[in-house]
Amino acid sequence: MKELILILIGSALVNNVVLSQFLGLCPFLGVSKKTKTAASMGFAVIFVIMIASAVTYAVHYQILVPLGMEYMQTIVFILVIAALVQMIEMMLKKVSPAIYSALGVYLPLITTNCAVLGVAITNIQDGSTFAESMMNSLGTSTGFLIAIVIMAGIRERLEGNDIPKPFRGMPIVLITAGLMAIAFCGFSGII
Amino acid sequence: MIANSIPYMVLAFNIQNVLIGGAFVGVLGLILGVALGIVGKVFFVKVDEREGQVRECLPGNNCGGCGYAGCDGLAAAIAKGEAPVNGCPVANAEAHAKIGEIMGQAVDAAEKKVAFVKCSGTCDKTERKYNYYGLSDCRKAMSVPGSGDKLCSYGCLGFGSCVDACQFDAIHVVDGVAVVDKEKCVACGKCVSTCPKALIELIPYGAPQAVACSSKDKGKDVRVACKTGCIGCMICTKQCETGAITVTDNLAKIDYEKCNGCGKCAEKCPQKIIIAR
Repeated sequence: MKELILILIGSALVNNVVLSQFLGLCPFLGVSKKTKTAASMGFAVIFVIMIASAVTYAVHYQILVPLGMEYMQTIVFILVIAALVQMIEMMLKKVSPAIYSALGVYLPLITTNCAVLGVAITNIQDGSTFAESMMNSLGTSTGFLIAIVIMAGIRERLEGNDIPKPFRGMPIVLITAGLMAIAFCGFSGII
Repeated sequence: MIANSIPYMVLAFNIQNVLIGGAFVGVLGLILGVALGIVGKVFFVKVDEREGQVRECLPGNNCGGCGYAGCDGLAAAIAKGEAPVNGCPVANAEAHAKIGEIMGQAVDAAEKKVAFVKCSGTCDKTERKYNYYGLSDCRKAMSVPGSGDKLCSYGCLGFGSCVDACQFDAIHVVDGVAVVDKEKCVACGKCVSTCPKALIELIPYGAPQAVACSSKDKGKDVRVACKTGCIGCMICTKQCETGAITVTDNLAKIDYEKCNGCGKCAEKCPQKIIIAR
């Protein structure tokens, strides 16, 4: 039990997927203009990563390993994740239009997000059990949520500020992301 | 030498593994494709085809002026019958007529409106109460005591929150006051809701006169704050042929339903605050 909590905190804060592993930067920079949309994006990512890593775990150990085709891992995972997210989107549209209207727009954005693939592959590479993999996925996606909401909060504050002309737009956002990454280095001694 | 080793180079990898890998991915792709097709059929959501047609007629700015989430949202609402056919303030009469045709309803032409900033307090007409070193945003500046740094507490602060809100480049800050370009304005209403002092009003495009002041202060106080401001002297109300202009709370207001554009109010105004358009 204690190891699971450690995994959760470790993957959320210490090895933050965006700020330490530098995965999933595209939605991180793209969808972080407003706190509300950033939070919705974070929840969509949690949803997708949890389901995708469960399915890819099963695919690896039930299909690829028995057939001795572990080397096909990358491409098979990509196919499975993409198809899976499409199916989730279709099901969500029918079953729960409310949730669909809240975070359905972001699902295509997350389809081939390298964070999803990264978590799926990391779970296999670390040789974790199913419970450990799920905890890792939950922690990773929660870390993404934390990072993107903080970034959105900072960006909203930056709106009213007098930024020098060369830095307006993406440059100041990237600098902010770098500073956040440095700040999160402070977590490195916790575990 | 190299020519001798070509046969070995070609067979350096096991062709069998490549074929097995390729076939595996092919089969997987097929299975996933079929699964997606099945899921698509099972979870099929029927979309009203009129929604697509209505969406075609809308301008596609996604400005949100209609009150719905973008043009898609309005198209869906019109198709469901929740929104009026002429709900889009940006679309012209032709587009409204087309949408009316699709929905099978008659459309009454909505009058074109434009935004107007009711303040004339430019840098030469008025002053600032204090030096403001803060965020260049009207809404943030309002939190400072005295409703911002303009000497007139009703006046336009000129920091440009409305300019940021406008997606059509129709409003700019000129000489300390926001001014609307009535040719570019589409009356989406974003600036109206952004202005923290509620200075912007949507008036008809063809409105002949407009009162460019929002100050409810008494005449004496207005003169102190701004060289040109409505002092509530009521000379305009006496001039008006149709009774379109009235003075409430020391501020003149034009009712555009009654105004016939004679221009007498603008002529006789001692402050020259009623401007002809």
